[in-house]
Amino acid sequence: MIRNDLNAIYVIVAREFIKFVREKGRLISTLARPVLWLFVVGGGLTRLVSPDMGMPYIQFIFPGIIGMTILFSSIFSSISIIWDKEFGFMKEMLVAPVSRFSIVVGKALSGTMVATIQALIILLLFPVIGLKLSIMQIFFILCISIILSFCLSSLGILIATFYENFESFSVIMNFIVMPMFFLSGAMYPVKLLPQILGFLSMINPLTYGIDALKYMVFPEKKLLTHDFPLSLDISVILIASLVFVIIAANVFERRK
Amino acid sequence: MSSIITVENLTKKFGNITAVDKISFEVEEGTIFGFLGPNGAGKTTTINILCTLMSPTSGKAYIDGHDCMKESSEVRNKIGIVFQDNTLDKELTAYENLLFHSYLYNVPKNERKKRIDDALNFVGLYERKNDQAKKFSGGMKRRLEVARSIIHQPKVLFLDEPTLGLDPQSRTNLWEFISKLPEKNDVTIFMTTHYMEEAEICNMIAIIDRGKLIAQGSPEELKKMVGGDVIYLRTKNNEEAIHEIKNNLKLDAEEKNGEIFISVHRGDACIPKLISSLADMVISVRLQRPTLNDVFLKLTGKAIRPETVSGGDEIKDAIRSYRKKSDRG
Repeated sequence: MIRNDLNAIYVIVAREFIKFVREKGRLISTLARPVLWLFVVGGGLTRLVSPDMGMPYIQFIFPGIIGMTILFSSIFSSISIIWDKEFGFMKEMLVAPVSRFSIVVGKALSGTMVATIQALIILLLFPVIGLKLSIMQIFFILCISIILSFCLSSLGILIATFYENFESFSVIMNFIVMPMFFLSGAMYPVKLLPQILGFLSMINPLTYGIDALKYMVFPEKKLLTHDFPLSLDISVILIASLVFVIIAANVFERRK
Repeated sequence: MSSIITVENLTKKFGNITAVDKISFEVEEGTIFGFLGPNGAGKTTTINILCTLMSPTSGKAYIDGHDCMKESSEVRNKIGIVFQDNTLDKELTAYENLLFHSYLYNVPKNERKKRIDDALNFVGLYERKNDQAKKFSGGMKRRLEVARSIIHQPKVLFLDEPTLGLDPQSRTNLWEFISKLPEKNDVTIFMTTHYMEEAEICNMIAIIDRGKLIAQGSPEELKKMVGGDVIYLRTKNNEEAIHEIKNNLKLDAEEKNGEIFISVHRGDACIPKLISSLADMVISVRLQRPTLNDVFLKLTGKAIRPETVSGGDEIKDAIRSYRKKSDRG
């Protein structure tokens, strides 16, 4: 039984990996967004807001841009479940003798893999913007990226289970993904937000992920960088992952 | 012979629409069972319940002794399915699609390659195994799906409209593979089709209309329901010939549009007698046997054709919108 499920998880991730490698265009187009934000938005605003921050703005948003990369590629990867439903492949998985839980975990790990690879590519741009990171820092950033990717991929699956087709795609984009990004502290510290928006950012798992990334990128505590203790960040990400996976598996299990 | 599928009083309601209404039937092991009906009659709903994708509102269904509701994992292990819509991953190659399947069904590691190669050979796609599925024609995709569905050696194979949308040549081709399956792979086939001539290969047929099972039997038995064969004769002198047939052969004959119309039990055996008794009067002979289409027409009042726009489509739409609502709620 367990071997069955492990096989299923393995092969679901392997399928995603093959497709990821095969579709070069997808990689380039998903990397284009964070690169644009980093250099165009970050580069432009650097001249405007740099003096008070203690660091150039382009460096300040770097953890946020890594978080953005993870957010978009996790959610998009998970939303491929809607693709699978639309093109029928989901049925192939649903009639197989494997648990719904393993399908959800397999899909979440697929998203984790894809998002972490992309985050790593963006991370390696650090010398270009004048940051210095040690090998240990890079290692810890990668660890945070993995758990954050898993968390957001699980959230993506949960969202995807409620939609049957692509008509809802722009709804997800405009009402879930973009607000999550803006309310995550990626562009400015969440402390600066008015109370209501501040509350929304507190229930946004990405906030904690970006907070942890800031902690790793700028270990010496500086003004306006991270807002919460690292232990809180990591606990929130892990607990949220668990909750998302369990709910998604339950929704999947429900038969019509 | 024992039955491998048992369905008892199966009912499925979507809101106030009854898609499947208290149907019961059994399928014997090693046979080909045809499940026929017009659009929206409840065929796919029944298959979805048997495949553990849906729960029935009431009633029971067993596959190889396992309850489709309570022992879904055992049932899933024993069944293979070719769905109405294509369920391949078109970005993956033929081989990768089958490999994915063999992992999902826990095919032993040392057997995977051999089983996949055998299945690809069986459907004649071995040479194309490293091509992406998106490069395949409709018929090839179907064959690949059939190959995939037998990789884990299921005991029951569900084929839901396997030939829908295929050209006549691919259809003939596909049925060749399918009709070989029960013997070669020791599997029972449960199939639905819109093409009545394809249903001729079934050992047993059940006809469903508006959720209710309205007839069951072998193709021969069903055809008897609409009456026997009809022989059409053209002769040099119809009046004389009818007289002859009535007196000498004791058969009922009538003239219709210049042809003599004779209703008989076994037409093929009757023709030689007719010809010898009518001597050189016969110009031409034509035998018409009832087809399953006639059976269908008689029982449901409509011809079974995919392009028929029937009330069924409305039911399908209703089910779809019901599902959407229940998904949101």
